[in-house]
Amino acid sequence: MQDHLLVAEAIRCSVGDRVLFSELSLVVRPGDRVEIRGPNGSGKSTLLRCLVGLHEPDSGAVDRTADGVYVGHRSGICGRMTPIENLRWFAGIANASANDESLATALIRVGLGPARHELCDSLSAGQQRRVSLARLLVGPTPLWILDEPLTALDDDGRDLLGDLLAAHCSTGGAAVCATHQVLSAAPGARATRTVALGT
Amino acid sequence: MRLFVAQFRRDLLVAVRSRSDAANPLVFFVLATVLLGLGGGANLAPGAIWVLALFANVLAVEGVFRRDHDDGTLEQLLIHAQPLFPAVMGKLAAHWALSGAPVAVLSPVAAIMLTGTTSGIGVLVLTLCIGTPALTLLGAIGSALTVATGRGGLLVAILVLPFYVPVLIFGASASTAAVSGDPVAFQLLALSALLAGCLTAAPFAVGKALAISQEY
Repeated sequence: MQDHLLVAEAIRCSVGDRVLFSELSLVVRPGDRVEIRGPNGSGKSTLLRCLVGLHEPDSGAVDRTADGVYVGHRSGICGRMTPIENLRWFAGIANASANDESLATALIRVGLGPARHELCDSLSAGQQRRVSLARLLVGPTPLWILDEPLTALDDDGRDLLGDLLAAHCSTGGAAVCATHQVLSAAPGARATRTVALGT
Repeated sequence: MRLFVAQFRRDLLVAVRSRSDAANPLVFFVLATVLLGLGGGANLAPGAIWVLALFANVLAVEGVFRRDHDDGTLEQLLIHAQPLFPAVMGKLAAHWALSGAPVAVLSPVAAIMLTGTTSGIGVLVLTLCIGTPALTLLGAIGSALTVATGRGGLLVAILVLPFYVPVLIFGASASTAAVSGDPVAFQLLALSALLAGCLTAAPFAVGKALAISQEY
């Protein structure tokens, strides 16, 4: 097994003249649960978008040795398709070897068993968030990058995410998670490391 | 190939589920043909059909990435689709199958209405079949560049119309020459060359433009 999944070296990002963060280095190894904390506008989302490769940092480099799944502010699910169709498409583009059975299992795991054949447009915000989380279970992706994963989730969803994170990290996976809520309230989701932004 | 198929199937499915959006450009083509026939008489050049097809294409391609950008499936595609080329091709192929291809299929009817003759219809359909995919590929670059600005519309049209001009010239010229029975081989070859160029280069440009659109 590789000794690290992701290395960020001295990255720097700015919006206009305002520097969000600079000289930020981060190594993510299997089993890590890194929590990014900071007030609104401190650059949490930008940092995660750098880590996943959607945003090019002003300077520094990000080296990903493993595949990552990203759950961001935009759901990444199409409202005109059902949850299972969304996952099928995702498995197709992410080169995950998943059949309909395993995709259905993933949806049942996130509590969407009965709703998995309804159009996502007709699902609630919390249910849509659960569809996004089901992406984490499609194929074995070692690195999870989560941006405010608790948004719109109920207490049960919060516990679910805690369980998923705990199971993932105990089997050699790692997660980087941005939040300004207390994710560690979820059992098993305690961060092994915290990166504070905007201080 | 797997990426192409996954994206192609998904986009067809979404288009079928949102029929009214997908049919807009086609409705425009039909209405404009009818109005032009009523207003301009029945002896127009086949070039008129090409202009209508071109505008129908701009209308359609302008929003090809909009919904995906808004719901975040575009960023998922950019993260996971390795390489991006076949996924972009799948997306644009599905888009063309529901915008360019129907226009080519309907063009004989439009030709009879507007030009009043059936001669050269085969060549017209052929030029549209070669030309409209090239237009879609070129237009997709403009659409990808403007997707994050939230206002495509006229901006896309202004960006891409200059690049549409060569396709329009060769397409309309071949269609016009065919009506009078003149040779059309040169125009068809030039049109095919344009399509070949677009097929190889445009998806890369689209991919790059989409990646830039996610930087904010």
